[in-house]
Amino acid sequence: MPSTTIEIELNGTRREARDGQSVAELVADLGLRPGMVAVEVNEKLVTRELRESTRIRAGDRIELVTIMGGG
Amino acid sequence: MAELDLPLVLGDTTLESRLLVGTGKYASFELMERALEASGTRCVTVAIRRVNLDLKAGPSLLDHLDRSRYTILPNTAGCFDAKTAIRTAELSRELLGTKLVKLEVLGDEKTLLPDPVGTLEAARELVRSGFDVLVYTSDDPRLGVRLEELGVKSVMPAGSPIGSGQGVLNPNAIRILLELVKVPVIVDAGVGTASDVAFAMELGAHGVLLNTGIAGARDPVRMAAAMRDACSAGRQAFLAGRIPRKLYANASSPLEGVVGSPPPPRPKGTAQAGAAARP
Repeated sequence: MPSTTIEIELNGTRREARDGQSVAELVADLGLRPGMVAVEVNEKLVTRELRESTRIRAGDRIELVTIMGGG
Repeated sequence: MAELDLPLVLGDTTLESRLLVGTGKYASFELMERALEASGTRCVTVAIRRVNLDLKAGPSLLDHLDRSRYTILPNTAGCFDAKTAIRTAELSRELLGTKLVKLEVLGDEKTLLPDPVGTLEAARELVRSGFDVLVYTSDDPRLGVRLEELGVKSVMPAGSPIGSGQGVLNPNAIRILLELVKVPVIVDAGVGTASDVAFAMELGAHGVLLNTGIAGARDPVRMAAAMRDACSAGRQAFLAGRIPRKLYANASSPLEGVVGSPPPPRPKGTAQAGAAARP
């Protein structure tokens, strides 16, 4: 099935994604290890259990975070 | 030191070391690992930040922290309002599966001083959401009381501004805070060298949290060992109970019986100085 390309905002930067793809797919497409990131869509936490069922739509603001050195 | 002291209990977390150490500013993960080990810490802080999408999947800090050894304490550093701090805490709980959070709501980038109003607001919300909140705050004792009333698991006053290395600038405020709250008080921020840690612990602080003091030292591994020893020394000195400060001297050696001194007056029937030396 051909998918439509949509524009999203990922970590503050505009980026293309496939309309309706899941958060889990996006994380995989980006080459990220699923256990190393946490995800927010439109300022709402998307838990690990909800990554498959959460679909990405045009204009979504997505935050992908991990841990870094800090005090 | 387990036989000489109790562990530090923060909510559901029990720590065998009273030193909490940050993971920022190290030249390499390898150096960080060695410094953490030398510090003896059992609790390390980490920041929550956007994934760098240009770097792809390189080694992660998580790969370099042995979670069987270290409790990971995520922070909300860099958050300048309650809402961002709360979002960051939610993300950290999801990412690390821990309800522990080091709450920071800061006022501005230059001073990095905690914003008391935002800190209270975020602490209230996070406690309500089930977090074990360890809260970075100023050394204001009343603010510490208000935070304790909200249900935080530790009040963590700054000794001096983050990364400033000025040590504990207002020991009296820390002492008053220690009298007013029951939850553990951890001096967080401003530690420059080992004596700062010892001093904070001698005041009665239940722990010290530091990062730059180790990571910024010329030899971080050696400084980590110094901080470990200072934390232990300060804690033991506090538990032992120091002598009171006096203005005048109080000789440790007897003043009587110094060679060439005139003999003391001899009341009849009393022992003389040096009597024990004769057979």
